[in-house]
Amino acid sequence: MNILEQVGIENYITLSALLFCIGAFGLLYRRNAIIMFMSIEIMLNAVNLLLVAFSSYHEDPSGQVFVFFTMAVAAAEVAVGLAILVSVFRNIGNIDIDNLKNLKG
Amino acid sequence: MNTTILLLLFAPLVGFLINTFFGKSLGKTISGVIGTTAIVVSFLCTISLFSQINTDGKEITFHLADWFSIGSIQVNFSFLFDQLSVLWLLFVTGIGALIHLYSISYMHEDENMHKFFSYLNLFVFFMIALVAGSNLLIMFIGWEGVGLCSYLLIGFWYKNQDYNDAAKKAFIMNRIGDLGFLIGIFILGFHFQTLEFLEIKDLLGKDLITPSLLSIAALCLFIGACGKSAQLPLATWLPDAMAGPTPVSALIHAATMVTAGIFMITRMNFLFDVCHEVQNVIAIVGAITAIVAASIGLVQNDIKKVLAYSTVSQLGLMFLALGLGAYEVAVFHVITHAFFKACLFLGSGSVIHALHGEQDMKNMGGLRKVMPITFWTMMISTLAISGIFPFSGFWSKDEILMTAFHNNIPLWIIGSIASIMTAFYMFRLMYLTFFNDFRGTDEQKHHLHESPALITIPLVILATLAAIGGAISLPGNSWLNHYLAPLFAHKSHEAHTLGTTEYTLMAVATLGALLGIAIAYSKYLKKKEIPVADSEVQGLHKVLSNKYYLDEIYVAIIVKPIYIISSFAKKYVEKFISNAVIGLGGATYALSLKGKKIQNGNIGVYLFAFIFGMVGFLVYVFIIRDVK
Repeated sequence: MNILEQVGIENYITLSALLFCIGAFGLLYRRNAIIMFMSIEIMLNAVNLLLVAFSSYHEDPSGQVFVFFTMAVAAAEVAVGLAILVSVFRNIGNIDIDNLKNLKG
Repeated sequence: MNTTILLLLFAPLVGFLINTFFGKSLGKTISGVIGTTAIVVSFLCTISLFSQINTDGKEITFHLADWFSIGSIQVNFSFLFDQLSVLWLLFVTGIGALIHLYSISYMHEDENMHKFFSYLNLFVFFMIALVAGSNLLIMFIGWEGVGLCSYLLIGFWYKNQDYNDAAKKAFIMNRIGDLGFLIGIFILGFHFQTLEFLEIKDLLGKDLITPSLLSIAALCLFIGACGKSAQLPLATWLPDAMAGPTPVSALIHAATMVTAGIFMITRMNFLFDVCHEVQNVIAIVGAITAIVAASIGLVQNDIKKVLAYSTVSQLGLMFLALGLGAYEVAVFHVITHAFFKACLFLGSGSVIHALHGEQDMKNMGGLRKVMPITFWTMMISTLAISGIFPFSGFWSKDEILMTAFHNNIPLWIIGSIASIMTAFYMFRLMYLTFFNDFRGTDEQKHHLHESPALITIPLVILATLAAIGGAISLPGNSWLNHYLAPLFAHKSHEAHTLGTTEYTLMAVATLGALLGIAIAYSKYLKKKEIPVADSEVQGLHKVLSNKYYLDEIYVAIIVKPIYIISSFAKKYVEKFISNAVIGLGGATYALSLKGKKIQNGNIGVYLFAFIFGMVGFLVYVFIIRDVK
C-alpha cells in the first residue's frame, strides 16, 4: 500500500525539518569548507525529501520531477564548489573559511 | 540659372572649407588667392543675376531644400533674388573681393593668415545667406553667422586680452539685439503662420486686425537692427570692434555687416509702413545716434576710432531716412557709404601698415609726400563723406537731409549739424595724418613707404566708386529709385524735383560742410595744433573723449547691479545650496563608514546573517502576520 498510510505525512515533515536544521547549524558552526558543503547537501536533501513526500501526498508527480532537477543542479554546484575549494587550497594551504577575508570591504 | 545661384551661394563656403582644412599646408599666398577667388566667383555670379533682374524685373525664388514644418508653418532653405537682395549682394561681394585682395598683402606677415581668410570667407557666406534668404529664419541664420564671424575676427589677435574683451563685448551687445529680432520673428510667425517675406507681404495687404501686435513685432525687429547696426543704446560695441585687423573693420564694421539692420528694415518695409509709431522711433533714434556719434568723433585721436564713430553716425543718418519711410534713400546712402568708408578704412590700414601698427594721430603727420596714392584716395573719400559736390556722399546725404526737411524740420537740423561735424572731424583726420611734419620716431620715419600694389589697387577702385557712385541716383533722374520701385508698396518717393527749395538746401548743406572744413583747416593746418593726450583734456572735451561716459553708465546701471546680485547669490544662496549638497554627501559618507563594517569579509558572519535574516523573514510572514 501507499507508504504514507503507514508512516504519516507529519513524520516526514518533522524529519525533513530536523534535517534542515541540522544542516543549517552545521553550516553556521563548522569552519571547514568541506563540512559546510556537506551541511548544505543535507539541507538540500531535506527539501528534496519534503518535496517527494508532498508530491506523494497530493498525488501529483510534478514535485518528484522537481527533485530530479534539484539533484542535477546540486551536482553541478558541488562540482563547481569543489573546484573552487581545490584552488583555494592551492593558494592558501588550508580550507578554513576564516582565512578567506580578501573580500573585506 | 540654378548653377549660377549655387555657385554664388556656396563658393565662399568652399573657400572657407579649403582654407580651414588645408590652409596651413597651402601656404599664405595660395590660401589668400583661394579666399579671394571664392569671392570673385560669387561676385561674377551676382553680376549675371543682376543683369538678368535688371532687364526683366522678375524676382527669382530658389528652393534648395526643405527644412521643417510645425503645424501650418513650413520653413525651407530657400532664397529670394529680387532687386533689393541682388543689389546688396553686388556690393557685398564686390567690396568683399577687393578687401580680400587687399588682405593678401596686408595680412602677409601674420602667421595665421589662412585662418583669417577662412573666417572672411565664412563671413561672406553668412552675409549672402542673410541677404538672399527668402524667409526670416534663413535671414536669422545669416544674421547670427555674421555675428559669429565678427566675434572671431575682432578677436583675431587673441593674444591681446583687450581685443578678446572687445570681441566679447560686440558679441554680447549683439545678443541683446538678436533676442529682440528673435521675438519679432516669433510674433510674426504666430500672427501670419508663415515666415516667407513675400507671403507676409501679401497677407499684410489683406488684414490689419491687430496693428498693436504688429507694432510690437516691428519694434522688436528694430531692436535687432539696433544691435547689428550699432544704434543707441547698443552702439558702444562698434568703436571697440576696431581691435580687429583693418580689413575686417572695412568689410564687416563699415561696408557690409553693420548695414544688415538697414537691409532687414528695408526688406520688411511693408511691415514698418503700417507701424507709424515705430517709424517715428526709428527716425528719432537714428538722428540722436548720428549727432551723438559725430560729436564723439570730433575728439578721438585713434585714426580707426574716428572712422568707427563716423560709421555709427552715418548709420544713424540711414536710420533717419528709414524712419521717414524713404527706404530707397537709405539704400542709396548704404551703397555710397560702403564705397567711401571701405576706402577710408583701407586707407587708414595702409597708413597703419606704413607706420608698423601706429594708430595714434598724434604721432602721424606729413605722410602726403611719402604715400601719395593713399593720400589722394583717402582725400576723395573724405570729400565724399563730407558731402562735397560732386562726390557720391553729396548726393546721398543730400537726399536724406531733403527728405528730413520735407517731413520734420528738427530732424533736418540735427542731421545737418551731424554733417557739419562729419566734415570737421574727417578733415581733422586728414590734416593730422597727411599734412605738416612727421611727428613719429626717427625709426618710423626711416621706414615710411607707399604700400604695395595689392593695397593701392583696391584703394584706387574704391576711391573711383566713391567719386562717381552718386550717379546711380541723381535728383530728378534716379536710376536707383526706378530700379527699386517694385519693392515698395507706396508710391516711391519721387527723386525730388529740383526747385528753389532743393537748390537752397544743397547750398546750405555744402556751406555747412565747407564751414566744418574751414574750422579744421584753421585749427589743424594753419595753427598746427596737436591734440593733447586723452588724460589731459578738460570740460566738454573730456565728456566727449570719454564717449559721454556711456560705457561707465552701462557699468553703473547694468553691470554693477548684476555683480551685486550675483555676489549676494554667491554669499548666501550658493552657500546654502552647496552646504545642503555637501551635508547630504557627508551624511552618506559617515553612514557608509559604519555600514562597511558589516562587510568584513568573514564568510561565517555572512552565512549567519543570511540564515537568521531568512528565518526572521519567515517568522514574520508565517507567524507574526498570520496572528494579526
